[in-house]
Amino acid sequence: MYKYDEIDQRLVDERVTQYREQTRRYLAGELSEDEFRPLRLQNGLYIQRHAPMLRIAVPYGMLSSKQLRKLADIASRYDKAYGHFTTRQNIQLNWPKLEDVPDILAELATVEMHAIQTSGNCIRNITTDQFAGVAPDEVVDPRAMAEIIRQWSTFHPEFALLPRKFKIAVSGTKEDRAVVQMHDIGMEFYLDHHHKLAIKVWVGGGLGRTPILGTVIREHLEWQHALTYCEAIVRVYNLHGRRDNSYKARIKILVKALGIDAFKSQVEAEWAHLKDAPNTITEAELARVSPHFAPMPYLALADEDASFDVAIASNLGFAAWAKRNVHAHKVPGYRAVTLSLKPHGKPPGDATSAQMHSVADLADQYSFGELRVSHEQNLILADVKVSDLLSVWEKARANGLASPNIGLLTDIICCPGGDFCSLANAKSIPIAEAIQIQFDDLDYLHDIGNIELNISGCMNACGHHHVGHIGILGIDKDGSEWYQVSIGGSQGNHASLGSVIGPSFSADEMPSVVQKLIDVYLQERTAEEQFIDTVRRLGIAPFKAQVYGEKNSAQNEVAV
Amino acid sequence: MSNLIQLTNGAAHIVDNAWTLIKLPATQVEARKQAGKVVLFKLTGEKTVTETQVANTVIPANGKLIVPLTVLIARKAELQTRIDANEIGVWLDTHEVLETLIENQANLNALPLIAVHVERCADGRIFSLGVLLRTRYGFKNELRAIGDVLRDQLFFLKRSGFTSFAIRADRSATEAIASLNDFTQPYQGAVDEVRPAFTRYNRAG
Repeated sequence: MYKYDEIDQRLVDERVTQYREQTRRYLAGELSEDEFRPLRLQNGLYIQRHAPMLRIAVPYGMLSSKQLRKLADIASRYDKAYGHFTTRQNIQLNWPKLEDVPDILAELATVEMHAIQTSGNCIRNITTDQFAGVAPDEVVDPRAMAEIIRQWSTFHPEFALLPRKFKIAVSGTKEDRAVVQMHDIGMEFYLDHHHKLAIKVWVGGGLGRTPILGTVIREHLEWQHALTYCEAIVRVYNLHGRRDNSYKARIKILVKALGIDAFKSQVEAEWAHLKDAPNTITEAELARVSPHFAPMPYLALADEDASFDVAIASNLGFAAWAKRNVHAHKVPGYRAVTLSLKPHGKPPGDATSAQMHSVADLADQYSFGELRVSHEQNLILADVKVSDLLSVWEKARANGLASPNIGLLTDIICCPGGDFCSLANAKSIPIAEAIQIQFDDLDYLHDIGNIELNISGCMNACGHHHVGHIGILGIDKDGSEWYQVSIGGSQGNHASLGSVIGPSFSADEMPSVVQKLIDVYLQERTAEEQFIDTVRRLGIAPFKAQVYGEKNSAQNEVAV
Repeated sequence: MSNLIQLTNGAAHIVDNAWTLIKLPATQVEARKQAGKVVLFKLTGEKTVTETQVANTVIPANGKLIVPLTVLIARKAELQTRIDANEIGVWLDTHEVLETLIENQANLNALPLIAVHVERCADGRIFSLGVLLRTRYGFKNELRAIGDVLRDQLFFLKRSGFTSFAIRADRSATEAIASLNDFTQPYQGAVDEVRPAFTRYNRAG
C-alpha cells in the first residue's frame, strides 16, 4: 500500500497544527459556530446527538495492521473502545470529545492517517473495489490512480468549498464493485484498443433525496488527463451548481437541469483550456506510485490444498463460512477473506478495539500485514493462503468475526441512524438487528441466497437504500418513526434504483414485512433466480399484494 | 489599523487601503444571489441588479475607486478618463458571470485592480473566479478578496491567484496573516505554483 514520503507526512503534520489552532480559536470564542462548522466538517467532525462524531479517512479502503492497531488504541483511549466502518470505506468514532480531536489527529499522523475532507462540501475520500489488485476479473488495478487522485484532491484550493459534497469512485474490473454509477464522478479504468490505460467517465450519480444513476460523459479518456478532466468537471460544478438549496446542490441536479449534452459541452470547453496543463499526470509519477501497489511476494503454490479439502468435508461450520466469506484470487493457492462485521443482533459495521487488534494480528500472520474496508462495511484479508483458511476461520470465529453471511440477507448495509446521527429521522440499527434475529437460521439464509438489504435512517441515504435489492428508509411522520420499503434496487454493472412498494411501516412490522417479501421470492423463483432476478421478472405487484394484502385484511378485521 | 493584507513578491504585509469600495444602493427587490447562475440567471436572463440601482450609484469625483461590475459596464463612457488614469478598479459578486466582464473590458490589464466579493465565507466560487481571471484571461494586476474574508480561506485564496485580502472588519489581519502559509508543500499545481508536487520535486527519492 502507499507509504508516505516527506511531502505527504509534512502535509498531515501541518494539518494537525492548523486544526489545533482552529479548535483553539473556536473554544476561545474567536470563531462562531457557523464559521467553525465548515472547518470541522472538512476534518470529519460532526456534532451529533450524544457527542461529536469523528470520521477518519481510509483512502480507498486500504489499511495496514499498524494503522488498525492505532485506530483500536485511539478508540480505547478517546472513545468507547469501538469504531464504526462506513459505506465510504472510512471509520467513525461516535464518542470523541471536541477538545481531544487535535490530539487524535496527531496520533493518526504518526501512522500516516488523517481525517482530511471526510465530510463537508469538498472532494471526499476516493473509493474503490475492496478486491483491487487481487480480483481475478480485474483488468487494471486502480489503486495507483486512486492515490494520485487523492493527492490532487487534498486541499485543492479551487475546490475547497463546493456547493455540496463531491464523491469520486474508481474501478478497474469488468464487474463493477465500486458502484461508480452512484458517484458524482465515476471512473472505470480499462485497456483500450491500443492496449493503453484509458478511463470511462461517469458523472452526476448519487443517492440521497434525489437518487440518480450517473451518465457517461466520456467513453475514452487517456489516463494522463484524469486530473485535468476532473478539474474541468468540478470547475463547471463549482461555478454553476446551486448554492441556494442544499437539497438541490449536488452535481447531479446541475447535470439534470442542463441536460448531459449541455453539461458535457461546458466541461469539454473548460477542458480544452486545461488539457496538458501542469496537473497532467506524468509517466514518472505513475511509475513512482504504482510500485506501492505491486503484487505481494506470493509463493508458488498449487491452487488446491488437501488439508483444506479435508476440513471442508468434515467441518460444516467451516464449509458454510468458506462458501460465503472466501473469494477467488488471481494468484493460485491464495484467496481473499471477508471478516464479517455483521454478526446477528449487533450494529452492522461496528468493531471493538479488541476485534481490531485481532484483525491486525490476522493480517500480520496471514495476509502480509494489510487489510481493506469494504463499502459493505466488512473487513477484508486480501491475500490468505488456502492452507491457512482453517486457522483464519478459527481465530476469526473466536473473535466474533466469522459470521458466514457475506452477500446473504443478514449482511446488511446500515447507517448509524437515529441512535447516533442528528440528521436521521429514524433508528436504523435496531431494524437491522431485528431482521438479523428473524433470519437467524443459517440453512434458511443460504437457501434464500444472494440478496442485499440496505437501511438508511433518512433520505441522505448513507445506507444506500436505493440500490438495495430490498431498501429500507426511515422517515418521520408526525414525530414518530416509520419505514418505507423499496425493492428492485441494485449496484454493479446493472445498477438500478428500487421502487417503493407502498405506505410505510412501523419498526415492529419490519421483520415480518421482509419475511413476506422473501416468501414471495421463495414461492415464485425459478431454479437459477436470485431475489433481484425474480423482482425484475415479476415486478413489484406480487410482493406488494403479499405485504399489503394481509395487512389490509388484518385491519379490516379490527375495523369489523 | 488597516485590515488589508497584501502579497508582494510572495511576502505578506498589512498595508493601508488606497481604494474606496463603491456599493450599489439598496433595492427593494430580493435578489436570488445564491442560486446557480447558469441554472437560474443565464437561462432565464434574470437580472440581479436593476437599472435604477446602477444609475443611482454615487461615484465620487476623486480618488481610486472599485466600482461594481454593472456600473463599470453601464457607465463606462463616464468613467473612461479615470480608467485611463488608473483610478478605476472593478468588483464582482461570486454569482456574477465573468464573461460579462470580458465582453465589456477586453483589456483586463487596463484595470489596476479587480476584487471579488464573497458574501458568505463558505462560498467557494471565489476560488474558480480567481483561477479563471489569472489563467484564462491573463489578469496580472492586483486581485483582491473582499467581503466575508476570514483567515481560514487565505491559503486557498492565495493559491487561486488572489494577491490582497480585505479581512472582515471584526477580525485581526495581524493574526490572519499566518494562515497564508498553513501548508508549505501542496500536492497540486495551482495559480501561485503551477507545478504539482510530482514535477516540483524528485519524489522518487
